[in-house]
Amino acid sequence: MAVYKKTYRPYEGELTPSWSRFLVIPRYAFEELHGKRFLTIFFLASFIYPLICALIIYVQHNTSALSLLGVQQGARGLISINVTFFMSLLGWQSMLALFMASFIGPGLVSPDLANNALSLYLARPFSRVEYVIGKMSVLAILMSLMTWIPGLLCFGLQGYLEGWQWMRGNARLASGMFFGSWVWILILALLALALSAWVKWKPAAGGLMFGVFFVGSAFGAVINAVQRTRWGNLFNVGHLIGVVWVQLFEGSNQTTNGAVFFRAAQDEVLPLWTCWTALLALALICLYMLARKIRGAEVVR
Amino acid sequence: MDPVIELDGLEVRFGQRVILKKLKAALTGRSVGLLGPNGAGKSTLINTLLGFHKPSAGTARILGRDVRTKAREVRSLVGYMPENDAYISSMTGVHMVRMMAELAGLPREHAIERAHEAFFYVGLGEVRYRAIGTYSLGMKQAAKLAQAIAHGPKVLFLDEPTNGLDPPARTRMIQLIQEIRDRGDLHILLSSHLLHDVEDCCDQVLILKDGNVAAFCNLEEERRANRRFLELETRGGNNGDFLAAVVKLGCETAPGVQGRIKLVMPEGLDVRQLYAIAAGQNVQIRRLNHKRDSLEDIFLKAMENPDGRL
Repeated sequence: MAVYKKTYRPYEGELTPSWSRFLVIPRYAFEELHGKRFLTIFFLASFIYPLICALIIYVQHNTSALSLLGVQQGARGLISINVTFFMSLLGWQSMLALFMASFIGPGLVSPDLANNALSLYLARPFSRVEYVIGKMSVLAILMSLMTWIPGLLCFGLQGYLEGWQWMRGNARLASGMFFGSWVWILILALLALALSAWVKWKPAAGGLMFGVFFVGSAFGAVINAVQRTRWGNLFNVGHLIGVVWVQLFEGSNQTTNGAVFFRAAQDEVLPLWTCWTALLALALICLYMLARKIRGAEVVR
Repeated sequence: MDPVIELDGLEVRFGQRVILKKLKAALTGRSVGLLGPNGAGKSTLINTLLGFHKPSAGTARILGRDVRTKAREVRSLVGYMPENDAYISSMTGVHMVRMMAELAGLPREHAIERAHEAFFYVGLGEVRYRAIGTYSLGMKQAAKLAQAIAHGPKVLFLDEPTNGLDPPARTRMIQLIQEIRDRGDLHILLSSHLLHDVEDCCDQVLILKDGNVAAFCNLEEERRANRRFLELETRGGNNGDFLAAVVKLGCETAPGVQGRIKLVMPEGLDVRQLYAIAAGQNVQIRRLNHKRDSLEDIFLKAMENPDGRL
């Protein structure tokens, strides 16, 4: 029967498993993002640095390529594939992830709030938590593709070329890349959603994302300078993440003080537990902000 | 008959304010109207049934499922058309309805099919690929109805479905609701402050005032009862004799001015007997009306109670 001849009829067919329904949100979001040329180009451009890293790893292990470059001896000294190499990769990619979250994040929740679409989502067998996870997964998937996935691919390539011994000896780099990326992804995604829920004007919400990182670090630096303390770094999210990354990548044998964009002066490094606590507090504040706004119906007391 | 919606001492508070005050009712009708002035608690009741607000006391059940403990199951049975504009502006109409159907649990291919069907059904087939933000108010209302029915719910909540519609659009919306009701596949809870909408679409009505149940009645029964209530306009003869003869038949009468009479006929008495008596008395019955606007009378009576309590 032609579709236009059909009339209302109840649905008696099968249903999808309820755990998988949050995935509907990223699928539709990606369809929409795919139509935005700037974001698509930016996303593709974000793979340039990992490709360069992969090329460096390849060249380091390819004698004919090295001879073309005129390097015969001491090839390993050209660029060392070590913790600094992988942390730099993560640092660059994480900064690009911040830009991506600032471009996409503000458009995730605010349009639903502005047009009362939340009542449509939540009138279905679909909870507030699933809604937030669905929206977060849009950012989490994109940022994963920009951070830990290329990082682990580079690690895998280096391990493949260097051998099993190297892989075993440097397994902490892989786990640091994976867990360090996820800490950053979760913080960024929560912050982007929380700001999107509270600031309905998208450019303002995007600006605030940068504000939290850059103005926060400037504010922290001012406190450090005026009060002659290091506790101003509690407002510097980059510093907090950097300290956590160093611990995840190197454990107690620390040789670096963070990654590019995410490091602090040696004498200003905060204790590890304060950094974890501050990041946890930031995440809880974001969750609280989301819990206040993500409701099927607004309550006017 | 098992109630479709059962309110069991349902109380909802926002802070110190009590919005719904221990509501008790068992709604069994195929189509139930929820009436009340603005601020009576109609939308709060619907939102509570959907699980958006937590009851502070009591509970409610939809098709036997408790809204407190089985909110997810309840929402899988319900289609909801909210009162205010509610849409995703960047999406096309059919795209949004399709996504909502998928969120309700329909597999992708079924969701596509039913979204198109729903759009044709509500009369938006030609504009289904337009961004929903560009729709007129009437189109947005119809699109909200489409998303509410696309996943084939068992109960449909319609919150002020004719809000802001011009007369033709309102008529079309009412026809759609009547058509859905008459198919008998689902139950409807229609919230409105417009008496005509409820009268046209519903067979039961729950009237709220200040968070209380002010009246609950079966419109079908009321309509049947109203068949016994007549308004006559007479000319000629002796109206007094005619009245006395009518009273002898067991009618209750209330004479008015200029030959107008209101009367309630007893069971078993046929209108033709009134004409026969009138002819015998040489009285002309110029007009005979069955009572109309019964819902308005019920509503006004309910509103007369000071705190809305029955």
